[in-house]
Amino acid sequence: MDLLTFVEQDNTPERSLPAFRSGDTIAVHYKIREGNKERIQVFQGIVLQRRGAAATETFTVRKMSNGIGVERIFPVASPFIEKVDLLTQGVVRRSRIFYLREATGKSARIKAKR
Amino acid sequence: MTSIFGADGKMLPCTVLETGPCVITQVKTEDKEGYSAIQLAFGERKEKNTPNALVGHFRRAGTTSKRKVVEFRGDSGNAALGGLVNVSIFEPGDSVDVVGISKGKGFQGVVKRHGFGGVGGQTHGQHNRLRAPGSLGASSFPSKVFKGMRMAGRTGGARVKVQNLEVVKVYADKNLLVVKGSVPGPKGSFVIVEK
Repeated sequence: MDLLTFVEQDNTPERSLPAFRSGDTIAVHYKIREGNKERIQVFQGIVLQRRGAAATETFTVRKMSNGIGVERIFPVASPFIEKVDLLTQGVVRRSRIFYLREATGKSARIKAKR
Repeated sequence: MTSIFGADGKMLPCTVLETGPCVITQVKTEDKEGYSAIQLAFGERKEKNTPNALVGHFRRAGTTSKRKVVEFRGDSGNAALGGLVNVSIFEPGDSVDVVGISKGKGFQGVVKRHGFGGVGGQTHGQHNRLRAPGSLGASSFPSKVFKGMRMAGRTGGARVKVQNLEVVKVYADKNLLVVKGSVPGPKGSFVIVEK
């Protein structure tokens, strides 16, 4: 085996995140450490993209917060991700849906898969 | 390069280095060579591709033909000819220096090569000298450009040492060393790891 792949696999714990893709609406349960206390914050939004592979794979989630768009990038292998809920599967034609940033109103909707 | 999550959950940028086993091909001593050092060899190569002089040198150490031969100065201790040096001399938490040949960048201007700031802005009548070096010196005195003035030219492809990289992990069975940060040179190139 490629030595780099070996190191990546050895250091990436087995994750069982649901198979989500761009256009899906998900809720990321993210652990936040404040001092010694740990709490869980839920970030719910639409997946804009997944990029990278193996240990360095990340995904971008966008949500509207009080009328302001907020995007967060999460590493898939991050130990701070408690779990990911797949809420709805969306129908989109491309793997990176950055056009959603400029879209407002009716065009900012994504059809749900049936 | 890859990423590893540390114990506190933070992502560490890491480089994986195949480190050894290196064969000791010569032990230099104060008496004989005038200074003490050991010479290590690493990487296999075919004997037909090795110069005859080196084949004999490797045969004296009782080993096959190697690709790279590097000398490390310092007290050789109890190093013996033909002995092995492997990754187990490193431990997680150690800091190491890594020496390599950086990637060649070709002929580059002063902004990339020496970190010049370039010309401030596009306004004030500028239109074609955004990345120019500016003045090279004074006027009729000294009436020349000083030697060593930083100018455009061949960039990269030089020996670079990166200091104080932290050892994140050691795989003794596979001879792998994982250090935090990047090292000079392209993928698959040879580097020297100093403790």
